[in-house]
Amino acid sequence: MNNFFFGIYPYIALSVGIIGTIARYERDPFTWKSSSSQLLRRKQLIMGSVLFHVGILIIFFGHLGGLLTPIWIFDALGISHGAKQVLAVVAGGFAGLLMLAGGSMLLHRRLFDARVRATSTFADTGILVLLMAQLILGLSTIFVSLQHLDGHEMTKFMSWAQGILTFQAGAADYVADVALVFKLHLVLGLSIFLLFPFTRLVHMLSVPLRYLTRPGYQIVRSRRKNTPAE
Amino acid sequence: MKVRAQIGMVLNLDKCIGCHTCSVTCKNVWTSRDGVEYAWFNNVETKPGLGYPTDWENQAKWNGGWTRTKAGTLQPKQGGKWRILANIFGNPDLPEIDDYYEPFDFDYDHLKSAPEMKAFPTARPRSKITGERMEKIEKGPNWEEILGGEFSKRAGDYNFEGIQKEIYGEYENTFMMYLPRLCEHCLNPACAASCPSGAIYKREEDGIVLIDQEKCRGWRMCVSGCPYKKVYYNWESGKSEKCTLCYPRIESGNPTVCSETCVGRIRYLGVMLYDADKIEEAANTPDEQDLYDAQLGVFLDPSDPEVIAAARRDGVPEDWIKGAQESPIWKMAMDWKVAFPLHPEYRTLPMVWYIPPLSPIQNAAEAGKIGMNGAMPDVQSMRIPVKYLANMLTAGDEAPVVTALERMMAMRAYMRSKTIDGVIDEGIAEQVGLTPALIEDMYKIMALADYEDRFVIPTTHREQVEDAYELRGECGFTDSNGCSPGISKGSLFGGSKKALKMPAEVK
Repeated sequence: MNNFFFGIYPYIALSVGIIGTIARYERDPFTWKSSSSQLLRRKQLIMGSVLFHVGILIIFFGHLGGLLTPIWIFDALGISHGAKQVLAVVAGGFAGLLMLAGGSMLLHRRLFDARVRATSTFADTGILVLLMAQLILGLSTIFVSLQHLDGHEMTKFMSWAQGILTFQAGAADYVADVALVFKLHLVLGLSIFLLFPFTRLVHMLSVPLRYLTRPGYQIVRSRRKNTPAE
Repeated sequence: MKVRAQIGMVLNLDKCIGCHTCSVTCKNVWTSRDGVEYAWFNNVETKPGLGYPTDWENQAKWNGGWTRTKAGTLQPKQGGKWRILANIFGNPDLPEIDDYYEPFDFDYDHLKSAPEMKAFPTARPRSKITGERMEKIEKGPNWEEILGGEFSKRAGDYNFEGIQKEIYGEYENTFMMYLPRLCEHCLNPACAASCPSGAIYKREEDGIVLIDQEKCRGWRMCVSGCPYKKVYYNWESGKSEKCTLCYPRIESGNPTVCSETCVGRIRYLGVMLYDADKIEEAANTPDEQDLYDAQLGVFLDPSDPEVIAAARRDGVPEDWIKGAQESPIWKMAMDWKVAFPLHPEYRTLPMVWYIPPLSPIQNAAEAGKIGMNGAMPDVQSMRIPVKYLANMLTAGDEAPVVTALERMMAMRAYMRSKTIDGVIDEGIAEQVGLTPALIEDMYKIMALADYEDRFVIPTTHREQVEDAYELRGECGFTDSNGCSPGISKGSLFGGSKKALKMPAEVK
C-alpha cells in the first residue's frame, strides 16, 4: 500500500502530467488559457486573485526548492535541518495564509456568484476545491511539524522526493512512518500533478516572460517569403 | 524608408443614417456565438452620448492607448511591460461586462406555450450568461439611440471637453450625429503592444490587426490597452477577439461585411502606403494636436517615383501600388483633407477615418442671423459645434475640421450652381482651396459613391507564399481544431502536418 502510493503512484501522476501537458499543448493549443472570469465579475477577483497567486507561487517554489535541493547543499551551507524547518514553517505558513485568504474569496465567488458559477466548468471548480483542500492539509502539517523541530522529519520528504526523481527503488520507504496528514498531503499533491493537464492550471506554464525581452512593443507578421525583390 | 501597405477605411458620417445594418450584418457573421453575445465588432453610437462600453472615450478612467512619459518615451497608458505583467493576476483597468451590458434574450417560447390566461402573454428577458430571469434591462449595445436618456447623463460625453455644454441640453439647441465604430487597425496598436503573450500582430501585407487564437492565453491586457475598447474578451472560450476587417473577404478583393451592406454607402476601403520607420516618431509627437499632421506624414505618396521604387524593393505587389494610387482613402485623407482619424490623441495612429457630418444651420429661422461666409453659410453656425467634432477627430484642433466642412459645403454649392443654375462657379472652389476638377471628383466619390469608387481592394498574393495544391481537400476556415490538423510543423503523433502557412514574425 505504502509502496503503491509513494513508490508507484508518483510515476503515474508525473507521467500523465507531463505527457498529457505536452499532448494538450501540441494538439489543442486553443484550449490553453488562464480562463479569467474577471470580465463577468470584478468583485472579489482582484484582491482574491492577487493574494491567491502570490501565496501559491511562494508555496510552489518553496516546495520545489525545499524538496529538491540535495541535502548536502544545506549541510555545506551550514543550514541546520532545524533552521530549514523553521524557515519552511514560517514562510510557508505566511504564504499559506495569503493563499487561504485569496483562495477563500475566489472559491466563494466561484460557488456563490451566479455569473461565475454558471460559466464554470466542473474542472474549474474542482481544481480550486482540490487546491484549497491541499492547502488546508499543508497548513495542518505545521501543527505536526511543531511537535519535533529538529528537522529530521523534513529530510525524509527530501530523500523521498529526490529518490523518486532519481529513480531509486525503495524511495517509498523514506515516508513509510510519517504522520497520516503528511501522507494525505503527498497523495493529493501527486493527484494535482495527475490532473494538471486537464485543468486550467496549464496556464502557469505560459508565464509571459518573453514579453519583457521582446524587442519594442509591436509585432508584425508576414506571409511573404523574406525575399525582397533584387 | 520601409514601405508597407494597409487597407484603410473611411466613413462618411455626413451620410450615416444610423440604420445599424453594419452592426447587425457584422454580428450575424462574426459574433453570434456564446461568450461574445455582448461584443459588437461594429457598433453605431448616437453622439453626444457615453457610448458603448459606457464612457469608453475617457482614458483618464480606462487608461487605454498610449502616453508620452515625462522622459519623452512612448508607453501604453496602462503601464510599461513590468507594470502590465504585475497586473496579470487582476487587471485594474479591465471593464466589467456591465460596462458593456449583460447580454439577454427573451422567452419567446412563452408567447406560444403559455396556457389560456386573462393577461396577454409576454416574452420576458433572460440573461444569456446565467440563464436567469432579468427583471429589468439596464443597458444595451445602443442604449442612447437617437439621444435616448436624459441629457445630464449623456453630457458626460468626453467630446464636450472645453464646451459650454449646458445649452445643448435645451430642446432648441440639441444636436446629434451617428458614430459607427469598429477596430481601427492602428499603425501603432496599443492592444498588440499590451499583449504579454505576443498573440496580437499586425499583418505586413495589408495592415490588418489580428489575434492568434492559439497563442492567446487570456491575460486580457489587450482589452484594457485598446482605447477604443474594440478588443473583446470571450468569456466562454477565454480568449480575446476583435474585428478581423473581414480578412477572408479583403484577401479576395471584397469589402468587409459592414462596408458591403452599408445602405448609406458611407464606407470606403482602399490601400494606403505608409513608412513603417516613421511610426514611432509620429506616435510620440509631443503636442497632441500635432498627431493628426504627424500621421499624415507617415503616409507615402503612391505616385512619387521614389516611393514606388521603395515599395517594389520592400515587396509591395504591383497591383497594390496601383491600388494605392487609386485609393479613395488617399483622396479623402490626403488630397481633399476631409477625413480624420478618430481620437488621434490616443497615439495609436488609427486607420479607420471619419468625414465629419454637416449639420443644419443653428437658428435658421432667424434668417438674418445666419453667419454667411461669401456664398456659403459659416460652418461655425452649424448645429453640431465644430469644437465637438474637433475633440473627436483632431484632438481639439478646429482648423482642419473647419476646412473639411467648408470643402463639403463648397462641393454642394458648386454642384447646385452647376446642375440647377448651369453655372460653373470656380470662385467657390477657389474659396476652399480646391479646383473644379477636384470638386467634380469629390462629388463622384463622396456623393455618388459608386461601388467601384468606394472599394478599391487589390487581392492578396497567397500564390507567392504557399502551394495551393497542398491545400486541396482542407477545411475552409476552422475554429480552433475543428477539422484542422493543428498548426505546428511537426507532430508528436506521427508524420508531418500539412503545410498550412501561418504568418511569421518580422524582425
